[in-house]
Amino acid sequence: MDALLIEYLPILVFIGIAAGLTIAMVGASYLIARQAPDSEKLSPFECGFAPFSDARAQFDVRFYLVAILFIIFDLEVAFLFPWAVAFKDIGTFGFWSMMLFLGILTVGFVYEWKKGALEWE
Amino acid sequence: MTLAQFFTTHWLGHLIVMVAQCLAIVVPLLVAVAYMTYADRKIWAAIQLRRGPNVVGPFGLLQPFADGLKLVLKETIVPSGANKVLFVLAPMITFITALIAWAVVPFDDGWVVADINVGILYLFAISSLGVYGIMIAGWASNSKYAFLGALRSAAQMVSYEVSIGFVLITVLLCAGSLNLSAIVKAQEGGFWSWYWLPLFPMFIVFFISALAETNRTPFDLPMSEAELVAGFHTEYSAMTFGLFFLGEYANMILLSGMGAVLFLGGWYSPLPFAPFTWIPGVVWFALKIAVLLFVFSWTKGTVPRYRYDQLMRLGWKVFLPFSLLWVALTAAAIQLFGWGPG
Amino acid sequence: MIHALAFYVFAAVTVVSAFMVISARNPVHSVLYLILAFFNSAALFLLMGAEFIAMILVIVYVGAVAVLFLFVVMMLDINIAELRQGFLKYLPIGAAVGIALFAEILLALGAWSVSPVAAGSLRAKVSDVPNTEALGRLIYTDYMFLFQAAGMVLLIAMIGAIVLTLRTRPGVRRQKIAAQIGRRREEAVVLVKTRVGEGVSS
Repeated sequence: MDALLIEYLPILVFIGIAAGLTIAMVGASYLIARQAPDSEKLSPFECGFAPFSDARAQFDVRFYLVAILFIIFDLEVAFLFPWAVAFKDIGTFGFWSMMLFLGILTVGFVYEWKKGALEWE
Repeated sequence: MTLAQFFTTHWLGHLIVMVAQCLAIVVPLLVAVAYMTYADRKIWAAIQLRRGPNVVGPFGLLQPFADGLKLVLKETIVPSGANKVLFVLAPMITFITALIAWAVVPFDDGWVVADINVGILYLFAISSLGVYGIMIAGWASNSKYAFLGALRSAAQMVSYEVSIGFVLITVLLCAGSLNLSAIVKAQEGGFWSWYWLPLFPMFIVFFISALAETNRTPFDLPMSEAELVAGFHTEYSAMTFGLFFLGEYANMILLSGMGAVLFLGGWYSPLPFAPFTWIPGVVWFALKIAVLLFVFSWTKGTVPRYRYDQLMRLGWKVFLPFSLLWVALTAAAIQLFGWGPG
Repeated sequence: MIHALAFYVFAAVTVVSAFMVISARNPVHSVLYLILAFFNSAALFLLMGAEFIAMILVIVYVGAVAVLFLFVVMMLDINIAELRQGFLKYLPIGAAVGIALFAEILLALGAWSVSPVAAGSLRAKVSDVPNTEALGRLIYTDYMFLFQAAGMVLLIAMIGAIVLTLRTRPGVRRQKIAAQIGRRREEAVVLVKTRVGEGVSS
């Protein structure tokens, strides 16, 4: 097996150990402690009255916008990773190529700023 | 076959070594988490001129274990309206992601479980999963407070992750490698050759974003007691709550560790000559983490909570453009003056 | 041996979870199965030695795209019974689209051949360079136009997202930080001399 994959094997083992540990912790607590549920105890928390509507409601569209903008900037960061690593090898051309890319996205950023998409009200 | 051969050649031997290495990280980490909760409370107490925990054991040193035992002995409540499987899964995700990120962190030269080429990407990937534990918890609880807390928390973590990404890029530009050991080695020397000095503004952005990522004061809106009871973990009890609690602290230690690797020269001693270099690197690394954690607690003891619109403004309108600009500036500086590795 | 075993395990989990994405009753479960599928495909990339692609798959798809899906799906008021009825209604159309796509894929596969140019554009494998760096050497110089096109796509996505989702609410009072800081004493405070018993009227 290649050397590259050997490096990843410990991660798999680590995930296994972490998962085993968490299951053991929750399981131990469940088995050791006395479980005596009743309907009041199991109802969702509310300040002094019985909950009267489903908790999962629609909400402000702004949260979706944040998530979409996050995807775009995350992709931008993803493009920057190989650039930063190979920065020494790609020279001035690579540098200006990335500056152009960032410039294009800065136009978008300025647009959303001016449009007020970054305002939270 | 001798014992040494067994551990270096046989696959079972390899497996045993790997498991031992993982446990050698996980066990001290859990102890550190336990004592971090203790140190946290002692520091706030000192800031507020109180004593803090001082009853259980000498100086209250056994307090974390008493707390842990209490959590284990409580009843695990799963609300009737909740989605049972996801409800129990959510705290596990939080805790597991906080643990497995440690697989790539170098504690000393060569002291790393998985020395992968893309260590920093792995850390970034794992830290972007933290949001799932919280979102799933909020949704599965089927409670309004938990739901709102999860929503706020998710939007907040996502916003600050972008600036952390840009901060990582500036460090990469200077170090020229994605491998964490290589990043530390690029900072070889005394405290003046670590990256906190040339990239000082980015260090500050990183630290503040780390506060926001771990939902600590001044960014602890997801669990602001006054409005949301306890945010996303309102409905949790016993060990399911305990896992969120441990996960939060483990995440703080992880981000401090990341800060130490990226900006504070990892395992190198601050003064690179005789009496200081005798101290093993792992001690220096632990000390650096401890210093950053102290600042975490100190911040919690001193600053008031942000308002949500201010928080989003800081993330999107201050940190994002500023760190983007700094990426361009760092690149230009390296391009023009040829700083960084040859 | 472990390599092959790992491949079959990850591939099997990917296929099963992909199937669960479309068959799970609860849309939130679908998204979670989708995330599982992403993870396993990242592991498959890793088995091929493509570390960078594997990590980016996790960072972008699991860390960002699936978060958006989860946001959308969690917050929708979905009546599952209604959704079930819809399933039968849309089944013929869905099946037709599926069959058409499948036929197209078969046609494409039937006509598939290696382009004569392809062999020439293959590069010698640089074994000692990590593949992130190898990618970095190509994307920004040799494939500069495609890279800039990606930038334009992101720009359009940004503008599109704002045009589609931005609603400005009237009558919102915002914090104006510049105004707050730029305020002078003269604008804020007026000193008025009053006589006893008369008060101030303006």
